[in-house]
Amino acid sequence: MRTNAFKTSLFALAIAGLYSTGASAADIKLGVAEALSGGAAQYGVAIRNGFQLAADEINAAGGVQGNKLVLVVEDEQGKKEEAINVFKKLIFQDNVLMVFGPTLSNSAQAADPIAQGAKTVVFGTSNTADGITSIGDYVFRNSVTEADVLPETIKMAVKKAGIKKVAVLYGSDDVFTKSGYDNFKKALEDLKIPVTTTETFAKGDVDFKAQLTKIKAGNPDAIVLSALLAEGAPIMVQARQLGLNVPVIGGNGMNSVKVFDLAKEKADGLYVGSPWSSSNATPENTKFVKAYNDKFKAVPDQFAAQAYDAMHILTEALKRVKLTGNLTADRAALHAALPSVKWTGATGAFQFRRATDKAGKPAGYDAQQTPIVSVTKGGQFVIEK
Amino acid sequence: MLEQQLVNALSLGCVYALFALGFTLIFGVLGVVNLSHGAVFMVGAYAARAVVARFDFPLWAALLFVLLFCGLLGLVIDFLVLRPLRARNAPHLIPMIATIGVAIILNNGVQGLFGAENLRFPSGLVSEETLSLGGLHLTALDLGIILLSFALMAVLLLALKKTQLGRALRAIAESPKAAYLLGINVEGLFLLTSFAAAALGGLAGVLIGLYSNALFPLMGQPMLHKGIAVIILGGMGDIRGALLGGLFLGFAEVLSVAYIGSSMRDAVAFGLLFLILLVRPKGLFGSQQERKV
Repeated sequence: MRTNAFKTSLFALAIAGLYSTGASAADIKLGVAEALSGGAAQYGVAIRNGFQLAADEINAAGGVQGNKLVLVVEDEQGKKEEAINVFKKLIFQDNVLMVFGPTLSNSAQAADPIAQGAKTVVFGTSNTADGITSIGDYVFRNSVTEADVLPETIKMAVKKAGIKKVAVLYGSDDVFTKSGYDNFKKALEDLKIPVTTTETFAKGDVDFKAQLTKIKAGNPDAIVLSALLAEGAPIMVQARQLGLNVPVIGGNGMNSVKVFDLAKEKADGLYVGSPWSSSNATPENTKFVKAYNDKFKAVPDQFAAQAYDAMHILTEALKRVKLTGNLTADRAALHAALPSVKWTGATGAFQFRRATDKAGKPAGYDAQQTPIVSVTKGGQFVIEK
Repeated sequence: MLEQQLVNALSLGCVYALFALGFTLIFGVLGVVNLSHGAVFMVGAYAARAVVARFDFPLWAALLFVLLFCGLLGLVIDFLVLRPLRARNAPHLIPMIATIGVAIILNNGVQGLFGAENLRFPSGLVSEETLSLGGLHLTALDLGIILLSFALMAVLLLALKKTQLGRALRAIAESPKAAYLLGINVEGLFLLTSFAAAALGGLAGVLIGLYSNALFPLMGQPMLHKGIAVIILGGMGDIRGALLGGLFLGFAEVLSVAYIGSSMRDAVAFGLLFLILLVRPKGLFGSQQERKV
């Protein structure tokens, strides 16, 4: 037993030795832990594509200080347990410089502490839940949270449509729509906008006319709606059928072109905020959309755009780091360089903002970015400025 | 506002009733709580959407297709699942559990074929315009659902009361053994009931899919829960009970939203249901001798 363990560790040492010489010469190994199968795969695959596209571009342009970026991609299946396993593998076995991911906030809550413990940068591109960056100072994300987006959406709608009072409607039995409601509620209080009535519905409801009739009686200037598309689209249709033609201010759940398939012309007048919009015609975004289309023969989404930008943000930090081949030192150097990066990419101008933990002490880094507010008109999202 | 809420309640109640009709029929005759009814309902909606979107069927043709398609699906379920269990004299709970399995197979099958995201019928299939009658808003579809649920109930009631077939079905509901001894083709009528109940379920799926504008593989699940409440309230297996129970649930839900608060919607509706069952444990139309249909 003893000799066995001794032999294994010798073997591991030898491998590690081989590795570090190989890696320091030309490769920078970056871990990518995303949900590539299971329910969250529609997000995870787009995210992986965004990383791949950015890394290929950077490598084609000569890499970072002559070093190539190498992605070590692992499937965390959108599960907490699997995310923990994958993080351990990437950090301790593959010896990656840092880890991107995981896809879902739930998994991030479980797996990010491993990266924090190993003093390895973890960079989430799609985790929007509260509290992820309070885990510790090695936790970064460029995903803009609903807490940041929703106040901007409301402000824009107020400015454009002259809204004085609103009615609120939300799904009360879903974590995501409930948390969207909490953020809306706080934003409405901060902006001192009176609420005529607050109504709820449940997942799987088909009829919302009772709530909408009650809302209509209160005569609001807009409806604030925290819903997923399955209920949100029928709500828009039924509101219009009842002659309730006021603007709708939606959360992230409503931010999808699918709303046009589901609600057709009755989708008009929906305000949504998002870090990224396909119709945003900046040079960076146009280049990204075209490159993504060429490479994957598909239209990119918000998740691909955020991953694409994250890879560029990381590269900016790597340019300022002198890699030594000593993993611990390199990980610390990257951690020191990353917070001050500023980058303008597909999602617009970006920088990090220090987050605090539960005790109010400085912790990880959130995104500081102005969301893009769009309104639906004639079957497309039109950017409001 | 009250008038509009009453109209809302009537149309929601008829949505529930439409779903509950097939559900209660199969319970009345076969004595099975068929938990795959929600899945058949969903298959009906997807089947209609498929023929409308792919082959440009007009709505009436799609409805006919669904009646046939879901009816056949009901036959297959009866033939493969319920009949072998009947032949083995399985206790009451077994067919109920088996139909959960059928529902899972159908849900996953549809998800595999059409994906998990929401779909809707092509727009313009039914007029989405609103009729305004003295400040009341009602769509053509609302009106269609209300009329159809009353008409279907009337047809089913008449058929059961006045025709030879209806008498045979009622005899089976009383006692399949006695009916068999009287020379009634019990197995044949079981198959016929499965066909009719599933066809009704599919039809409800199309109409409610049009109504809600959102088809997804698990769309039958919440409907199934409401449907169970409706037929328990109406008296298990009673046709009039399905309509009245549906209307009751619709009115209870809408009025509790209007006057108490939407977060109390289900609490009030099911609280009232509980109170009614305390007074009438057999439901509104359930009689003491447990006569069904």
